[in-house]
Amino acid sequence: MTALLTIDRVSKRFRGLLAVDAVSFTVAAGDILAVIGPNGAGKTTLFNTIAGVLAPDEGTIQFAGERIDGLSPDAICRRGIGRTFQIVRPFPALSVEDNVVIGALLRHRDVASARRHALAVLERLDLIDERTKPAAALTLPDRKRLEVARALATDPKVLLLDEVMAGLRPTETDRIVAILAGLNRDSGLTIVLIEHVMRAVMALARRVLVLHHGAAIAVGAPAAIVREPAVIQSYLGEEALA
Amino acid sequence: MIELWRGLEPRARGLIAMLLVALAAAPLAVDRYLISVLTLVLYFAYVGQAWNLMMGYAGQLSLGHALYVGLGAYVAALLWVHFGIGPWLGVFAAVLLAMVFGAVVGWLGFRFGVEGVYFALLTIAAAEFTRIAFDNIGFTGGSGGLFLPYQQERLGEWWNLRGGQLLFYYVALALAAAGVVVAAKLSRSRLGYQWLAVREDEIAARSLGINAFRAKMTAVLVSSGMTAVGGVFYAFYYNNLFPAQVFDIERSIELILGPIVGGLGTVFGPVVGAFILTPLGEGLIALTSRLGIDAPGAKAVFYGLTLIAIICARPNGVWPWLARVLGLKERSP
Repeated sequence: MTALLTIDRVSKRFRGLLAVDAVSFTVAAGDILAVIGPNGAGKTTLFNTIAGVLAPDEGTIQFAGERIDGLSPDAICRRGIGRTFQIVRPFPALSVEDNVVIGALLRHRDVASARRHALAVLERLDLIDERTKPAAALTLPDRKRLEVARALATDPKVLLLDEVMAGLRPTETDRIVAILAGLNRDSGLTIVLIEHVMRAVMALARRVLVLHHGAAIAVGAPAAIVREPAVIQSYLGEEALA
Repeated sequence: MIELWRGLEPRARGLIAMLLVALAAAPLAVDRYLISVLTLVLYFAYVGQAWNLMMGYAGQLSLGHALYVGLGAYVAALLWVHFGIGPWLGVFAAVLLAMVFGAVVGWLGFRFGVEGVYFALLTIAAAEFTRIAFDNIGFTGGSGGLFLPYQQERLGEWWNLRGGQLLFYYVALALAAAGVVVAAKLSRSRLGYQWLAVREDEIAARSLGINAFRAKMTAVLVSSGMTAVGGVFYAFYYNNLFPAQVFDIERSIELILGPIVGGLGTVFGPVVGAFILTPLGEGLIALTSRLGIDAPGAKAVFYGLTLIAIICARPNGVWPWLARVLGLKERSP
């Protein structure tokens, strides 16, 4: 498999703080990579450099053979990278359906066909019954799925998910995991997710990247990663061994 | 347009048709004074619509829209007075110049991240600068004003907007109707959805591939261009232009009250707002004079109190409520 997304020695500094420290990894088409690590490890900053919210201070990011570091967020989305936000950002006054229609309009220039696509995505994300509600009226689990639906409606090649399971009950987590696994299986969607919920990471990810103090300290299969002493010490805690 | 009409519920079609017929036939039934009031209503419905596209849909607050009215008015009037070029041609120059000014204001704001109230301040400044400039340009008549000469022999030239009250009434009706169609079309278009996305959450909009700068720029361009057409109407209706009057911030505020009272981000909000506010203002003038209250500002006090009452009762505007009462569905803003 050739790399779809290549992060090469990317660093991002906020004044004295080195938030992301020469991180390198690749994501192959069709892969599911989880990025884990303690709070403040630089996971969201790393995401923001990929999604174009922040330009890396050093290093390069390549997507489908093209350098994308430093491009604007909208330009990066147009190239095929969709993202969700850790703190969800729905369009509150608009209906759930219109939220997703706006995502779909990226590739469907005609509103009617965008709407058809949006309804298919809503169906897939189990939100079809909520479609006429204003987004502001949704519960948190529904809002998290709306966030995924809206990004998905842009037909991305890679979906960046920033803690979409956080704050969900285990049953809701399993529901999203099943939806994401299905998307990956059926359409070959490549997924990079930041996640604290190990239940989801173990169930979904093929590979796991562990960040600590901005640096990648381990990368590998989930089962191997959870046995790495460095990972246990920095993130999972000793009790995970038990 | 046919598509748009087909998309409406039968009830909405009926009501729109009735309103249009009533307005078209109004001159048969009411006197000259009421026709002049209705002309103003329709004028404000139109310019309110133009402003609402920028604020109600794209979420960019302009408190200086008098700038575009004034530019449109002056360009068309100058072309007519100095070069004998009629407004049907002058309107293109008017729209173009207003859009150039809009582009400058938009670029300054959006390129440098001037947002919200600060952007609004920028729009006020642009209108004020222009007012001061026009006060001092001899070619435009300076602060002494610009007058369109009264020429008896040209009164029948409707294509040059030379005519009586009825002509202006029907031109205003056509403008207001066209404004509604344009707003309805745009609000259902790809661009309209991009505007809503930018209004609701610009960062989220950009993450969905929307070029927010371009979306906001088009909103300003469409709005300023449309507003300038209203300015051309204004110039030929009133036949005199004074910088201190047309560019004044009071004109900008007057223009935005209709859509705010009627309902921001709705197609019929600006129309409903104009139908409430203009007759209210006129009615209060009549009422205060009948009651013998000739204290200066008495009308303004009552007007202000009524505005407060309406906004308190219907904070989302009158139209969303009215639409429910009439059994219509207007999409929520």
